[in-house]
Amino acid sequence: MSGILVVIEERDGHVSRASWEAIAAGQKLATLAGQPMNAVVLGAKTEQSAAEVASKALAKVVRIEHPLLAAYTADGFTLALQQFFAAEKPDYVVFPHTYQVRDYTPKLATRLGQALIGDVTAIADGPVFTRQLMQGRLNGSYRPTGSGPCFVSVQAGAFRADEAQSGSAQITVFTPAIELAQIRTRPSERFRGAAQTVDLGAAQRIVGVGRGIKDAANLPLIQELATALGAELGASRPICDFGWLAMERQIGSSGQTIAPKLYIALGISGAIQHLVGIKGSQCVVAINKDPDAPIFEAADYGIVGDLMEVVPALTEAVKAAQ
Amino acid sequence: MKIIVAIKQVPERDAQIRIDAAGKWIEESGLQYALNESDAYALEEALQLKEKHGGEVVVLTAGPERVGPTIREALAKGADRAIHIDCADLNKLDALGVARLLAAAVKPENPDLVLTGLQSDDLGQGQTGVILAELLSLPHSTLILHVDKTDAGLTVKRELEEGWFQTIELPAPAVLTIQSGGNKLRYATLMGIKRAKTKEVRVVTAAELAVDAAPVVVLERVALPQKQKSTQMLTGSPKEAAAALVEKLKFEARVL
Repeated sequence: MSGILVVIEERDGHVSRASWEAIAAGQKLATLAGQPMNAVVLGAKTEQSAAEVASKALAKVVRIEHPLLAAYTADGFTLALQQFFAAEKPDYVVFPHTYQVRDYTPKLATRLGQALIGDVTAIADGPVFTRQLMQGRLNGSYRPTGSGPCFVSVQAGAFRADEAQSGSAQITVFTPAIELAQIRTRPSERFRGAAQTVDLGAAQRIVGVGRGIKDAANLPLIQELATALGAELGASRPICDFGWLAMERQIGSSGQTIAPKLYIALGISGAIQHLVGIKGSQCVVAINKDPDAPIFEAADYGIVGDLMEVVPALTEAVKAAQ
Repeated sequence: MKIIVAIKQVPERDAQIRIDAAGKWIEESGLQYALNESDAYALEEALQLKEKHGGEVVVLTAGPERVGPTIREALAKGADRAIHIDCADLNKLDALGVARLLAAAVKPENPDLVLTGLQSDDLGQGQTGVILAELLSLPHSTLILHVDKTDAGLTVKRELEEGWFQTIELPAPAVLTIQSGGNKLRYATLMGIKRAKTKEVRVVTAAELAVDAAPVVVLERVALPQKQKSTQMLTGSPKEAAAALVEKLKFEARVL
């Protein structure tokens, strides 16, 4: 087959948004490399999601189907794709950078003597792949130099799902050989954590707090601002990890996704895991002592300064304006 | 239970990062370093498992001489001994190359469990543990918040996206990558710091491990991200900036 191959992720028969973005990234790569593009869907029942994917501009969509692929396991997915690659020999394999992809693609790449270029934000001629370093403070340009297929996963939101071009692809089936004994992990069904009592997703105003507050003792200061604004309190992951705020207040890829009218990020540097959770915010304000913090790139308004000074001043200004 | 914890020394979180003259890496001189955060959680999980089940905790790291204090920190917290792969040009290796070095050092130890952090705070690739598992032919699981040892092996709690979790059973030995927040980090005690000075740190060179670490992926260039969004920065004293911000939120963005 050669060419570009996009590996689709689906849940309950539906293609994930991140997979449409991966198709858009794959089309960009296909154009740069002047190569055809195909996609695969893995699972026990892939008919519905394969049909969804076949509405895009792809040469073909392959259903990699096996009863042992019903639940995701790293061993099962690695075996299935390894066999498929041996038969079809793609030059580039593109994945959405999801938790599942992070769990098995480094293993799959290793098996073929390759290394994944993960969490890619841009693709340029070469091809050269850009990914973030130092928590988003720097960009790195990576070039594959190996002889096997090049593995790339793309960051959520870096490519636009609606730019994936439409078409009509042929659908085929590939049946891998997998034995139950080859799958060493036994995953349970997924479950929710403790009952959610805070629905940040519906809040119109949210004040988010990060490492920059230094000490849990400084939280009342933040709460005062939130109260003055009539806002919910949210946090970046470390604050919840430290136990300073309940896990249910965590905003980001492992926590809640928010879409308020106003989001104020206090002392949050802006790691991508947090940024993906605040994308739907209408207006973002960042207050941080580091002028180079990546959060400013995501903000409409910014103040560089000490939270202990700026937050009380802001609380007063908000009260005065009401 | 013999547990190996692979840890990494990374630039301190608040460190001023500068790009080096060649534009290929960061300027390392004068930089402050610390133990990678999720590796600290992996170490804590290992220490708690040892307290429950007995055994030994061995920390393993690759890096130049400057990683010494990070190794001592791990020993002071309670690790029993350390293996230091002396490697001056770690940043020239790819994820596969680094994992090959680590795997070569792990193999002769025959551990019951290998833990490492979910990802490093500098490169953030999040691949080392998974590659290590493949190189050692061991099962693995990632984003783990809690580890229970069972008669059959291990039962772990894995984090999924958007507040979901799952439980995974797997046989031991295995490799697990630990997510932050699953346990509470301990501080080194004075006694621990004192004891750490006498604990074994075995240094092996990358050459002695005799692995082929030639990269298949090369970091060609590092650069500052280009600003894409025009952020309005409000300046002045805290009071002035706060007043200006409220004005903007009220009359320009209309969200107050």
